Amino acid sequence: MSFPDPIAVFRTEAAELLEQVEAGLLDLNVNLGDKDQIDAVFRGLHTLKGSGAMFGFEALAAFTHHCETAFDRVRKGEVPATQALVTAVLDAKDHMRALVETPSGDHEARSEYLLASLRQAVEGSDGNASPAAAGPALTLYKIRFSLPQNAMANGTNPLPLLDELRELGECRIVADRSGIPSLDQLFPTDLHLSWSVELLTAQPRSAIEDVFIFVMDEMELEIAAEQASAPAVTPAPVEAVASTPSAQPVSEAPAPVQPPAPATAPVPAVVPVDAKSSKASENVRVPAEKLDELMDRVGELVIAQSRLSQLAGGSGDLQLRAVSEDVERLSGELRDTMMVLRMVPVAHLFGRFRRLVHDLAHETGKTIELVTEGETTEVDKSVIERLADPLVHLVRNSCDHGLEPPEERIAAGKDGAGHISLSARQQAGEVIITIKDDGRGINKERVRAKAESSGLIQPNASLTDQELYQLIFQPGFSTAQTVTNLSGRGVGMDVVKRTIDALRGTINVASHPGKGSEISLAIPLTLAIIDGLLVRVGSGRYVIPLSAVEECLELSIEEDMRSRGRSFISLRDSLVPFIRLRDLFRTGTKPDPFQKVVVISTGSERVGLVVDQIIGDHQTVIKAMSKLHHDVATFSGATILGDGDVALILDVGHLVAEGQQQEAHLRAAG
Amino acid sequence: MNEAVRKLPEGLWGGREELEVLTFDIAGEVFAFEAFIVQEILDLLPETMVPGAKAFLGSVINFRGKVIPLADITLAFGMEATKPTIDSRIIVIAIEVEGEPVLVGIRTDKVHEVTTLLRAAGEAPPSVGMRWRPDFIDCLVKRGSEFIIVPNLQAIFTAQHDRGGNGHSRG
Repeated sequence: MSFPDPIAVFRTEAAELLEQVEAGLLDLNVNLGDKDQIDAVFRGLHTLKGSGAMFGFEALAAFTHHCETAFDRVRKGEVPATQALVTAVLDAKDHMRALVETPSGDHEARSEYLLASLRQAVEGSDGNASPAAAGPALTLYKIRFSLPQNAMANGTNPLPLLDELRELGECRIVADRSGIPSLDQLFPTDLHLSWSVELLTAQPRSAIEDVFIFVMDEMELEIAAEQASAPAVTPAPVEAVASTPSAQPVSEAPAPVQPPAPATAPVPAVVPVDAKSSKASENVRVPAEKLDELMDRVGELVIAQSRLSQLAGGSGDLQLRAVSEDVERLSGELRDTMMVLRMVPVAHLFGRFRRLVHDLAHETGKTIELVTEGETTEVDKSVIERLADPLVHLVRNSCDHGLEPPEERIAAGKDGAGHISLSARQQAGEVIITIKDDGRGINKERVRAKAESSGLIQPNASLTDQELYQLIFQPGFSTAQTVTNLSGRGVGMDVVKRTIDALRGTINVASHPGKGSEISLAIPLTLAIIDGLLVRVGSGRYVIPLSAVEECLELSIEEDMRSRGRSFISLRDSLVPFIRLRDLFRTGTKPDPFQKVVVISTGSERVGLVVDQIIGDHQTVIKAMSKLHHDVATFSGATILGDGDVALILDVGHLVAEGQQQEAHLRAAG
Repeated sequence: MNEAVRKLPEGLWGGREELEVLTFDIAGEVFAFEAFIVQEILDLLPETMVPGAKAFLGSVINFRGKVIPLADITLAFGMEATKPTIDSRIIVIAIEVEGEPVLVGIRTDKVHEVTTLLRAAGEAPPSVGMRWRPDFIDCLVKRGSEFIIVPNLQAIFTAQHDRGGNGHSRG
């Protein structure tokens, strides 16, 4: 079955539309006169209503209809856009989401309530006349339409369309059966009918076009008015008339499509619609796992290609070599493109915080302005998904506890409105996300007092500011009762820490009393790829994450001999414990005459790894170790080398801990 | 590939009278896996030793861009390891570990055929007189003059998984 489930498709589409509507509303909230945003919101609501009705989400369609009507009036300038209206529609939007997700649930009461507040928001500014009351004279329209042959397979059902036409006014519908093929050529899932309709209605032409708005891209529609209607109507919200029906895909050719007959009506108006197709083709939605699959295939291709290169290099065949070089270049490019495909801009992530801040401002009674920067910075998709939660905690904390109430701010000589800025930028293989507020800052004394009382640090322990700030990420660190201006910072902050650690990132906190605090998260751009140092131990090759490597030096034979008993080397006057990987891995091979020491570190702790050879830099695509190998702690993953062999990735944290342990052991032994 | 990753039937036969299996040789004995768990049969591939891992799962291979462990069944049964020959193959199978499907390669000396075993010809492993752990064997099926061993993969891998480094040390 290759047909996507139409309901699932609608849900995804609806989610996007709702997001779009929300973004529009929030922009509108900032600038109430923004005509573009009003139109954008209206369009979003309109589309949602229509597709909702089409896919059987009746409650959603009915509810959305009222919001749409409200915005239609704003659009036409009948009522002004107000804060109250924006807030009402924002609430309504959340309700729409519920209607999309659980259409069968009991939503009546909530719908009623929201519509009442919506009505109030609209009536509050203007009392009278809904647009329908403007009552133009009745017009007789002759409508002919046909849908593409595969329309039903794509989830379009012509019957609701006809029903909608009937709702517009008195209607006479005739099906054109001339397109039905003989029985042996008839596919029961194909649509062979077309329809002609005579409709007597007071509604404008745009109302008829609206009925078809979601199938317009692919259908043929012809509307002719028999009698000119009285008042001029706003042009239909149909975008660009790009091409004629004849330009449609050939596969539709045998469909019973009537060429647009020359209209005999007094005011003929043929509307060949190919709306929005140019816009729709720019983006394709692909499930992430398909990308991962593709990534695996590309990985295999690269490996197969490197075998080919070896063969070609071994043979003297120049033609073979030329082809092999082409393949090499192409597969390299393919891999690079593949990496880029996984990257998504952080704009999507930041978008949701506008709503969060908007809501928090309401809850706390503060005025909060959110500024976002660097939304185009791109990060691996899996990283983005996992960043959402920690960021919510951080933003919430800044709003709740960082920013002071307006009175306090003004008393302190600050702008009454609090500012929160959320920015992203790239910096050498990492993306730095900064949450900054101009609130009261972190109270160091209170953090210290709390840490001492809960036994996290010794009384009067000397800590740097950074170390002190890091304490707020300890699980259950603070509670509202004891540290008032930090209340809640303990809740969820350890989640932030844990998530960022899991992403191999770091957290940096800066704070200035009275001026605000700044929390920066430095996250590697991707989880799928790291830069590694490829080394050889015995006959095996291993990868050390380059970010952990401090330096490489040679272990001379004399030093090697001298350090037999005590596995330390002196490195610029400090003793660094080292681990002979050859012993640890029990390779059973003789050491190379010129062994190397790779010094790795996690924070302040260092340990040297003795290897036989340093092969070089290696861009490493990380593969997880099998579940069956989870007892092997020395390795954090594996990667596939250019020649198809597997190399294991050393777990730096584990090795450093091991080295430190060894050191402690030796110290204890004297 | 995914449909094949389903739970091994509780009892091997699960009420069935016939079993479709892939037969192969390891160290002079004929073994059989249920055909549906078999993903692929590969020529020998370069292996990467995993220092610190149990000998039973001592190395990994690159199976179509995935890194999967290679298991040596001879160690589970305490048999002599054999030298690779031109007939040696790796059978990639899917087993379930902690509720998740996991791919594992099994080194074999020679792969025979897909065939049908009859329940009527099957026997439970004898509790005495056998040098192998009886719980590692689901049943023995007589065919002609020889016995085909249907190993209990779940038991073998669970034992290896749970017991740390010395799961194989028997015999």
